[in-house]
Amino acid sequence: MVANDHIDLVVEPGEIHCLLGENGAGKSTLMNVLYGLYQADEGEILLDDKVQHFAGPGDAMNAGIGMVHQHFMLIPVFTVAENVMLGHEETTFGGRLDLASARDKVREISERFGFDLDPDALVEDLPVGVQQRVEIIKALSRDAKVLVFDEPTAVLTPQETDELMVIMKQLKQAGTSIVFITHKLREVREVADRITVIRLGKVIGEAEPTATNAELASLMVGRAVDLTVDKSEAKPGEPGLVVKDLSVIDARNQLVVNNVSFEVRRGEVLAIAGVQGNGQTELTEALIGLQHKVSGLITLDGRSLRGRSVRGILDSGVGFVPEDRKEDGLVAEFTISENLMLDRDSEPFVKWGTLQLKYLEEFAEEKVKEFDIRAQGITTHVGRLSGGNQQKVVLARELSRELRLFIAAQPTRGLDVGSIEFVHTRIIETRDSGVPVIVVSTELDEVVALADRIAVMYRGGIVGIVPGDTPRDVLGLMMAGEIPAGVVA
Amino acid sequence: MTNDQIPAQGQVPDPLETDQVPAAEVAPAEEEPRSNQVLREILGGSAMISVLAVVLALLVGAVLILLTNKDVQAASGYFFSRPGDTFKAIWDAVSGAYSSLFQGSIYNFRRPNFADGIRPFTETLKFATPLITAGLGVALAFRVGLFNIGGRGQMLVAAAAAGYVGFAWPLPYGIHLIVAVVVGIVAGAIWGGIVGVLKAYTGAHEVILTIMLNYVAFYLISFLLATPGALQAPGSSNPKTPAMLPTAVFPTLPGYNLHLGFVLAIIATAWVWYLINRSHLGFQFRAVGENPNAARVAGINVKATYIWAMVLSGGLVGLAGVSQVLGTVTTGFTAGIDAGIGFDAITVALLGRSKPIGVFFAGILFGALKAGGYSMQAANGVPIDIVLVVQSLIVLFIAAPPLVRAIFRLPLPDGVRRAVRITEKKAVVSK
Repeated sequence: MVANDHIDLVVEPGEIHCLLGENGAGKSTLMNVLYGLYQADEGEILLDDKVQHFAGPGDAMNAGIGMVHQHFMLIPVFTVAENVMLGHEETTFGGRLDLASARDKVREISERFGFDLDPDALVEDLPVGVQQRVEIIKALSRDAKVLVFDEPTAVLTPQETDELMVIMKQLKQAGTSIVFITHKLREVREVADRITVIRLGKVIGEAEPTATNAELASLMVGRAVDLTVDKSEAKPGEPGLVVKDLSVIDARNQLVVNNVSFEVRRGEVLAIAGVQGNGQTELTEALIGLQHKVSGLITLDGRSLRGRSVRGILDSGVGFVPEDRKEDGLVAEFTISENLMLDRDSEPFVKWGTLQLKYLEEFAEEKVKEFDIRAQGITTHVGRLSGGNQQKVVLARELSRELRLFIAAQPTRGLDVGSIEFVHTRIIETRDSGVPVIVVSTELDEVVALADRIAVMYRGGIVGIVPGDTPRDVLGLMMAGEIPAGVVA
Repeated sequence: MTNDQIPAQGQVPDPLETDQVPAAEVAPAEEEPRSNQVLREILGGSAMISVLAVVLALLVGAVLILLTNKDVQAASGYFFSRPGDTFKAIWDAVSGAYSSLFQGSIYNFRRPNFADGIRPFTETLKFATPLITAGLGVALAFRVGLFNIGGRGQMLVAAAAAGYVGFAWPLPYGIHLIVAVVVGIVAGAIWGGIVGVLKAYTGAHEVILTIMLNYVAFYLISFLLATPGALQAPGSSNPKTPAMLPTAVFPTLPGYNLHLGFVLAIIATAWVWYLINRSHLGFQFRAVGENPNAARVAGINVKATYIWAMVLSGGLVGLAGVSQVLGTVTTGFTAGIDAGIGFDAITVALLGRSKPIGVFFAGILFGALKAGGYSMQAANGVPIDIVLVVQSLIVLFIAAPPLVRAIFRLPLPDGVRRAVRITEKKAVVSK
């Protein structure tokens, strides 16, 4: 497969060049070629008019290309200074690590950009936004002339994102060229000097930062985009799920969910918003029975779920789409049909302890059609499907049971626009059939699109539960833990 | 909602793209326990690798045979004057050794009639019997993602239990045999189950547990063998049991040493095939083996799965111990009754790719190497250790599929390709 097809990209010194494209458009591949992780089959990379050959990231770094990865390449138990020096450690007499010079470097660069970073802080103790700065310092400490940011805002709060934008502008003024990979139009328009749009591995065009969102979006996906979800007014009924004073202590003995109370009515979507890692994952795990140190009340239609096994909770009518579908939702080496019966253990799937392969085959054929799962056949291994089709397999499994509660965690993460539409429609259909639905999402747009009510989580607690039409800036502040005046908590 | 953003969060890319995407974005793979990944790579390859590994091992074995052969050494002394002699000596040494290996394990052409000629093959099957059942046990554990290194202990315990019933409980014909077999299997299952329970409830690693239980079993059985009134034969001071009562001994194929154990091995193979491929328990086994996280989220009781897997694995290995004492060595046994089968079983399971049919044939191959090894030593003076070297090389080649692929220039299997690429990329990125 050609991931990048004859791409020309020119980045001038001191400019912020945005690379805009959907997931799977080939942005990351391009950057990995630039960073020496992949070798291009054709074409060349020139830096200051000199042809470069990168056999690995080491070469790219030496040539002055630095990368800030989406998932930080930092060692959590090392200090900031140790992380910054990692990979080009300098030693003094007798092979002793020269930490002092690394500390100085961190301090020097921090001061230059006003980062306020303690070189001796452990990286794992730092907030995500600050960890990202460590990555930036790491790249700058190697005199990077070109900095590549790969989806840097995916893990940040709106406020942290704003701060990053400021940093990028500072870097630009200092003469660094920046390649900024993203699919978020707002960010592009704020900082970009030039925009290159990539679709299906090709450069579709260049755009000016003055272009409208609609123009950029249609360039990106190749058609006019309508991302609003068609949904009628919710008709909430009786409370289905009631959660009261729920606290969760995780395996590392941290209080990760702190005294959370909410209820979800039949026929409504409660969205749980928040930046990644504020207890949403553990909250859903507690609901499904995967967390063991749980206190408080969880009742579904009046019956307590707390303390039951996962099996028992699923059997009482809970459908669950885990946030990491590859790790928790599917067995990659299993076929589509095997994955469709992963959580079934009774008739008609199993009789006398034996799998009913014939029934399973019919069931799988039917679901593949119903959910439009694109694959060669029901015996295709799920690991070979695209993310969208994998998620459809999970949905097909979870939605084909009698449901009393449906929980979807990050249901569209990493999916293309078409699949997102499909998933959203299914979620709303489920709601309309009178099932209480919980959607956990770190994407504000998804939250706003689906929610009838929104609960915002911050540091394990719920900051507030607000109506579905709450403005984004209010939600943004709540995601940072603040309760804006006038919002009922 | 405005289309201010395209709500496609870029955390997990489409697999379509993963082939081109760096490790940084393929997060799940890196969280997989290292041992599981190794297992998958070993078991995930094609049967071709197994066959080629055997071929390679036999080739290296040939080199060893000619290096240790006296005629070859003598002829190579005057290689430059008459090189033909050297080549002839090499040919004689290698072909002689391998043809005795064949005649000692499959069919002996020097015998006048078929009944005698086929005898070596029945010997092969006799040797294969415990290797197959124990191999099935180890393979079953592999499929659940567990390394059962405790074959020795499970065999010893099962052999002791079945043996005790065999010599100490006078029971009617037929019933005696069944009781002895069942008691032996249950003993092996308990010994394996201990590991499962400890792993499930304390998180202890099964490799350490099984190895330690090997010692416990060995010294426990040794102690019982030296204790009058326990396993030791009355009136003897040797650490050895009395002979089995005739009612407990496996019937044999008339005129041959091949016994009922082989039939049990066939039944066990069929049963394990059903278990893994058709039963719900086996479905859960495979799900846990491939992805314990997804299994847990899908409501599968992972702890119970580990326990059941070790119970059944121990039971199958136990059956190997049973067939040793009731079929192969019926005159009483010592603490060496396991004869290394518990470890060879790991090799057999690997060679058979942990698939029941594969294990069956791998067991027969190893049985043949054992049976043929003796005649190779007798006829050609090739030390039997060569056979052990060949066996070990087979494992080595299987454990290093890239090596075999490089030698035969095979393409990477699909699943492995990605894993390998990811690990390579990881290494690079983490620099």
